[in-house]
Amino acid sequence: MVPLIKEIRIHGRGGQGNVTASEFLAEAAFTDGLYAQAFPMFGSERHGAPVTAYVRISDAPIRLRSQVYEPDYLIVQDASLFTGDDLLDGLKDGGLVVINTEQPPSEFDVPDRYRAVTVPATQLALEIVGKPIINTIMVGAFAGASGEIRLDALEKSVRERYPGELGEKEIIAMRRAFEDTRSVLS
Amino acid sequence: MRRILEGSRAVAEFVALCRPKVVCAYPITPQTHIVEDLARMLADGRLDAGYVLADSEFTAASVVLGASATGARAYTATSSQGLLLMTEVMFNIAGMRLPVVMTVANRAVSAPINIWNDQQDSMSLRDCGWIQMYAEDVQEAGDMHIQAFEIAERLNIPVMVCMDGYILTHATETVDVPGPEQVDSYLPPFEPRFYLTPDDPITLGSMAGPDAYMEIRMLLHQAMQKASQAIVDSAARFAGEFGRFRGDLVEGYRDSDAEVLLVSMGSLLGTMKEVVDELRDEGHPVGIIKVRTVRPFPRNQLHEALHNARVVGVVEKDISLGLEGILCSEIRSAFCGASLTPNISSFVVGLGGRDVRKRDIRKIALGLLSDDTCRVEMTGVDHEVLWSAHQIED
Repeated sequence: MVPLIKEIRIHGRGGQGNVTASEFLAEAAFTDGLYAQAFPMFGSERHGAPVTAYVRISDAPIRLRSQVYEPDYLIVQDASLFTGDDLLDGLKDGGLVVINTEQPPSEFDVPDRYRAVTVPATQLALEIVGKPIINTIMVGAFAGASGEIRLDALEKSVRERYPGELGEKEIIAMRRAFEDTRSVLS
Repeated sequence: MRRILEGSRAVAEFVALCRPKVVCAYPITPQTHIVEDLARMLADGRLDAGYVLADSEFTAASVVLGASATGARAYTATSSQGLLLMTEVMFNIAGMRLPVVMTVANRAVSAPINIWNDQQDSMSLRDCGWIQMYAEDVQEAGDMHIQAFEIAERLNIPVMVCMDGYILTHATETVDVPGPEQVDSYLPPFEPRFYLTPDDPITLGSMAGPDAYMEIRMLLHQAMQKASQAIVDSAARFAGEFGRFRGDLVEGYRDSDAEVLLVSMGSLLGTMKEVVDELRDEGHPVGIIKVRTVRPFPRNQLHEALHNARVVGVVEKDISLGLEGILCSEIRSAFCGASLTPNISSFVVGLGGRDVRKRDIRKIALGLLSDDTCRVEMTGVDHEVLWSAHQIED
């Protein structure tokens, strides 16, 4: 049987928790009994510099170690990185893009063969968490829009890493993003 | 227990399970997370060891030398320039037969400065008298540390566990972390054959003149040759106790009837196995030989594994400038005096973190199927950039 493998590429800027976001997704997949691999492609680490992180999720052990060139999903943590074709490069037909922005998807030049969802993650973070921590919200939005990851499994990872009040606030924001994106696509 | 962990963190967990008495390191990307995590475990009371933050890699190597000489189980980790700065001490640790274990988070060597992965660092130190093993994935990297301490202490030879920087050190993946009782039963406390103590003074690393130096080198060489069997035994015993076997010296993958065999080491093997499965489905007789142990060099095992192939392509992330890939030259030596020798070619890939894609491996394999001429290639180089540079040079 050919293993089912899903690939996710995360685009963000140094300091936005891109690598942690990839780890949340891998951990949640693991919690659900799947195999997962998450890894970053750094420049030298600097705040604000573009960072890419990758996730593979599969029902079989993952051997492939190259970067992700033909993702099923894109998570764009900073809309200013959305410069069109470069960012969408390799996205599979029918692939989904989740963008952190207050703008509607129609404001972005996404070809019809893809699906796009936007989520005001920065706004939600400031409103609910009180700090611009967006990665938990973005993975929540991804889970809602894609159906690939269970919210409970994500909550478990967030709670383990950020026990206490901050983590609980992040989880409230994450749930909100999950519900919002789920209703958008259904 | 199955967990999902970043490679560095997994290695720190496995190293802690080995109960080192002294950990000493100097931080360098991409090794840093390993020693950071060990420091955290120490602070949390999960690790009972002396932890020395060194002021350079030279000091770090010197501290573990001294610690090991007093009979303590000693561990360090480094990368790239850090490893090269340790060079003098590395020879001393081996020459004094001290069973230090070190993780090398493989990284390119400057200049130009580059923090990303290749294997030039450890391959450049292959002659310093340390056993060298290369891990294919995070699980194997973790398991290899348990085996490394056991082998090192049984033979009094230091062991370097090499894992690809970033690709493994920064990859979060599923890993089975054994329980402490299981590790304790495989790896008993270190009982040194000799150690420095004021109660019974001895000298280590004293002068040996022309009348004795050569015999001591010969003894080291013989001990290293004998280490092959110890590595085989250790891997077999590990398989018995932990239920995991990832090879000992070399390990084949779909190789039995292969006309073309690709040889490699480290994390490249995962991507290569994916490609070989695809090529096999298309009917191409391609297989893989994984080199798990680079020192002692498994010459006989490689001859046995490769001699029936028509073509061999050695794919590696290092180069002996002016010659070819280092492993490739060594594999040629396995066929010295043989009447039938496969055509052996060298493919240097992935230097300085250049991503190695499935299509790169596919191109190498298909190229060897259609043209078995011996050659030396750097795969994935931008020839337009090279052409421009040549214009300027000329």
